[in-house]
Amino acid sequence: MSADQWLTFLAAIVGGALRVGVPFLFVSLGECLTEKSGRINLGLEGVLVLSAMASFGGAYVGDSFVWGILAGAAAGALLAALHAGLCSLPRVNDVATGIALMLLGTGLAFYWGKPLIQPQAPQIPALALGDWSESPAVRAALQINSLLPLGIVLAAAIAWCLHCTRWGLMVRMAGDSSHAARALGYSVTQIRWVATTLGGAIAGLGGASLTLFYPGSWNESISSGQGLIAVALVIFARWSPWRCLMAAALFGGAGAMGPALQSVGIGWGYHLFNTLPYVLTLLILIFTCRPGAIAQGSPGELSSNA
Amino acid sequence: MRDSVASVLLPVLALALALVLFGGFVAFSGVSPLEVWKLLFKGAFGDAFSWQNTLQRAAPLILCGLCVALPARAGLVVIGGEGAMVLGGLACAALPMLLPLPANAIGTVLACLAGAIVGAVWIMLAGALKQYRGINETISSLLLAYVAIGIFKHLVEGPLRDPASLNKPATFSLAEGLRMEGLAGSDVHAGLVVGVVVCLALAIFLRSTVWGFSIRVVGGNLRAAKLVGLPASFWILVACGLGGACAGLAGAIEVAAIHTNANASLIAGYGYAGILVSFIARHHPLAVVPVAILFGGFGAAGSLLQRRLGLPDASVLVLQGMAFVLILASESLRNVQWKALGHRLLRSATPQHAPVQEGVR
Repeated sequence: MSADQWLTFLAAIVGGALRVGVPFLFVSLGECLTEKSGRINLGLEGVLVLSAMASFGGAYVGDSFVWGILAGAAAGALLAALHAGLCSLPRVNDVATGIALMLLGTGLAFYWGKPLIQPQAPQIPALALGDWSESPAVRAALQINSLLPLGIVLAAAIAWCLHCTRWGLMVRMAGDSSHAARALGYSVTQIRWVATTLGGAIAGLGGASLTLFYPGSWNESISSGQGLIAVALVIFARWSPWRCLMAAALFGGAGAMGPALQSVGIGWGYHLFNTLPYVLTLLILIFTCRPGAIAQGSPGELSSNA
Repeated sequence: MRDSVASVLLPVLALALALVLFGGFVAFSGVSPLEVWKLLFKGAFGDAFSWQNTLQRAAPLILCGLCVALPARAGLVVIGGEGAMVLGGLACAALPMLLPLPANAIGTVLACLAGAIVGAVWIMLAGALKQYRGINETISSLLLAYVAIGIFKHLVEGPLRDPASLNKPATFSLAEGLRMEGLAGSDVHAGLVVGVVVCLALAIFLRSTVWGFSIRVVGGNLRAAKLVGLPASFWILVACGLGGACAGLAGAIEVAAIHTNANASLIAGYGYAGILVSFIARHHPLAVVPVAILFGGFGAAGSLLQRRLGLPDASVLVLQGMAFVLILASESLRNVQWKALGHRLLRSATPQHAPVQEGVR
């Protein structure tokens, strides 16, 4: 490859990581918060698709991307609240509930989203960070989603809340030992309810960035399983909001490999390169997990530890 | 006895409630719920044609349901049946390209066997990762499913592609003799029979054999199993392998009976629907059959709802989601003591003035 091609290739990867990584960032932050309270939400896939539809609809009807973002967060919160409510019933398995909500969420999104496939909605404005460069490839790559700074702030805020505030301590306690939380007189159900709902709202922002930034339209194959991958991402990030940032960038970059190679004329193995994020997660799990031991940093109450 | 009544009654009531809710849901779109219920029944079980459609869809659902049910009996929640299914279908389509198979029933069986073996290996991989590396099998099987779909697409659009398939990449079609014909001139293929027989066999295996009992002990209480000296890892791998073989077989049969080659329409979400089927059947192989037929019926009725009432094709997905949510929620009612609850309600409903008045005097 020539120097120019290398530049195009690298710009495509960085640009891809920035574009594709944003939904990953929001779903992983949402899942991180949920799991810190001791519950797994596999239904984030449904949350993501439903909120993607809701954001697009909100932006289309309200004629402003702000309404879209709000609608996305609200839809995500509602579906996640349903998950939390169901899981708090006795004898209800949170993994199965997650799959059920994935079905319900995508079903509702496709049902209500039918009339939204054609129209255009106002998009989230891009921050052009690449204006210093001469190269059009670099300029195109550094058109950044305005939600990305918000995501970074959110990661910082969640990390700070979890470590330095009373509420954060309550969430971590519910996640590590529900008995301890109960003994101190806190309602574990309520804590998990709030954490799961907030997590859903954050994941809803990921849905908003799917339909309102990149790819920027609503269709039924809008999500390629980012919501499901969130669970793996959080394991990869070892339940730290800061490391979620890194994980999202890495997954976005890995997901951008196939298209980036295609942009420099290498079409071979497009689908294989698209599986890179999944293979990467598996490899990381293989190297970091120990049989019979709880993963480092994992909340003790998670059902995936059993 | 009480328990088995509850196991049947709770899901049935939950399903009925889901249908009622779904009726209310479509009423918002200005469609009469009565009309929807009628069409759901008609499209699923109304006449011979819809029965064929229903049973055709039920066949892969039965086998994919088993892919969740068997590992679940050994205590694992495996949700990556989709991966085993597409790779099974691919193996079935690829084997005749690699080996000269006899173009008769033996060839068909061999091709399906190849699918089953590939599926078994794929799910056993998730089981092995769980047993030897401590990786949660739910997550690893899901990741493996995405990897499997990537491999499938790569091979179908690359090395195994039939150059004649222009718009829709596909492998070479199976020879006439290798395909599965419909039973007695209908669209229902032998896959349904295979599915039902496998369910029966596995139900007997789990209930009445020492091996099946070992799997159930491992799933019921891992510590107890280890204390009595059962090789837990081995039995978990066996359960995963059997489940994966079922899913692989489902893919192979879909290829041999319906698509005739491996192409992207094989990735139709049967693996994920199988999770639903298995959970509703409470991971019991015999209960998988009626549940799969019911969900096959919903799927078959979906296109009718779309054609006649102009409802989106996703409406069936909504119905399935509602049914799954309610059936899971109904589990929490299982241990309620209805009689005691009734007495308590009655007691609190009847005002008890007498002692209070006496106290006042």
